[in-house]
Amino acid sequence: MIEITHVSKTFNKGTVNEKRALDNLNLKLNEGDFVTIIGGNGAGKSTMLNAIAGTFPVDCGKITIDGTNVTMDPEYKRAKYIGRVFQDPMKGTCAGMQIEENLALAKRRGQHRGLRWQLNDKERELYREQLATLGLGLETRLSDKVGLLSGGQRQAVTLLMATIQKPKLLLLDEHTAALDPATASKVLRLTREIVESHHLTALMVTHNMKDALTIGNRLIMMDHGTIIYDVSGEEKMKLTVEDLLTKFEEASGTEFSNDRMMLSK
Amino acid sequence: MNINGLLGSLQSGVAQGVLWGIMVLGVYITYKLLDIPDLTADGSFTLGGCVTTVAILAGINPILATLMGMGAGFLAGAVTGVLHTFFDIPAILAGILTQIGLWSVNLRIMGGKANNPLLKADTIVSFFSDRLGISNSQSSMLVGILLILLVILFLYWFFGTEIGSALRATGDNEDMIRALGVNTGHTKLLALAISNGLIGLSGAMVAQMQKYADINMGRGAIVIGLAAIVIGEVLLGRLVKNFGFKLFSAVLGSVVYFIIQALVLRFGMDANDMKLLSALMVAAALAIPVAMSRYNIKKSYSENDLYADEHRRLERKGGKES
Repeated sequence: MIEITHVSKTFNKGTVNEKRALDNLNLKLNEGDFVTIIGGNGAGKSTMLNAIAGTFPVDCGKITIDGTNVTMDPEYKRAKYIGRVFQDPMKGTCAGMQIEENLALAKRRGQHRGLRWQLNDKERELYREQLATLGLGLETRLSDKVGLLSGGQRQAVTLLMATIQKPKLLLLDEHTAALDPATASKVLRLTREIVESHHLTALMVTHNMKDALTIGNRLIMMDHGTIIYDVSGEEKMKLTVEDLLTKFEEASGTEFSNDRMMLSK
Repeated sequence: MNINGLLGSLQSGVAQGVLWGIMVLGVYITYKLLDIPDLTADGSFTLGGCVTTVAILAGINPILATLMGMGAGFLAGAVTGVLHTFFDIPAILAGILTQIGLWSVNLRIMGGKANNPLLKADTIVSFFSDRLGISNSQSSMLVGILLILLVILFLYWFFGTEIGSALRATGDNEDMIRALGVNTGHTKLLALAISNGLIGLSGAMVAQMQKYADINMGRGAIVIGLAAIVIGEVLLGRLVKNFGFKLFSAVLGSVVYFIIQALVLRFGMDANDMKLLSALMVAAALAIPVAMSRYNIKKSYSENDLYADEHRRLERKGGKES
């Protein structure tokens, strides 16, 4: 359903900072795939997510969602297929607006926005129900400004916003990396629940190898802007952190020299 | 006689403040909601005045003429919007370009003259002063207050709609709202157009109050707008949270600004110095919080841990000193 074929992207072409961030990338996602993505710094994980979301135009290749070619569509047009949660908890919500206003904005992702009054009691009830599922007590704080919430709460709200209008694809870009360990595992648990209960197709970048192994049905490893390892189903379930490290050395010919990943195994 | 004169100038100050208040609401949209100080204002204010006076003199119904002035402002804002969003010209420069271009356009509209007197022509202001037997200032005030109420009601409604909320979100977190499927170029363009539509309306009304349009009538409008917003925030900023009241406090700021202007002029200050005063006021309002926080950081630093000392001292003194 989501297909990336021969996509490449080079940043700062013709300068000393030239970087080939995506190098002939190919990926085909099946409906309901929950894919974890690992790889060293600068491997192209976030770049791939941004390319899919349309943050920048790619140099070549093709991206299709449900058979629609979206390669040259601007970000706001693709938004109707894609829900996103960013690493920075500040990025996914409007701090100066109320929780219910943020949810109302998200509820209309990819839909026509007209001159109807945005908030109404029927939707408010929906938001209350949905917020209650987060288990953070936010259902009683609908009219609080999001800026008053903690990073973890904001990230949970962002997760809800990304999925309140069921997306064809959910992009999670290290969305727990900026949170403390306890909050991170809570948000991760919520992520699992939401993805599973809505049968979403999702791509999740993580630096935590254990999470990458235990979550989802498929794992891909990236290096130098391309996918070097793609494993799913039974085979993935049997993998260990050591296997991943060996795989990485094998495939890239270098040692996995990323402190964050080493420490979090 | 002196007290009458003072009351008269206060009254015209309030009337001006209310009519210019419509412009302040326009500036509020771009400056407070989108964080763009839109310099189109100086040109679109004059444009509103020029279009309306020329239309009135051509025999067009004053209400229609006023709406034309507003429409002209709307288009001027859209020009800035296209330059800024479609061609990525920085907002301030885009505003300056439109403003400079409008100077020539405004002169063209007035047939090459630097000002366009309305003489005895019927205007919205004269309509009310004739019917109700009130002075020009009183009539302006009345029309102004009615318009302000209408505009605030309209803005309150609009910024609660789906489009209006998307527009507010554009000013708050552009990346987020784009990821939620909003073309932020369009929302910015719309905001600039609505803002300058209001500024044009304000120019149209001010021209009818003073009975002429002048090529320089909008000079410094943006600074007046910012000054009014700042005054409003100083006066009511801590008290009001509701969006409608925030708009109201900006209008109040405008009224206070023009009362101050009326008073300092009355007490012999040169009218030409008013612009310097406004600029100083805005600069001070923007600079003081920055300087204060810098000063506080320096002041609160010490090599020794004063915090611990202070708390011990306070305990001894019974917590009286700060």
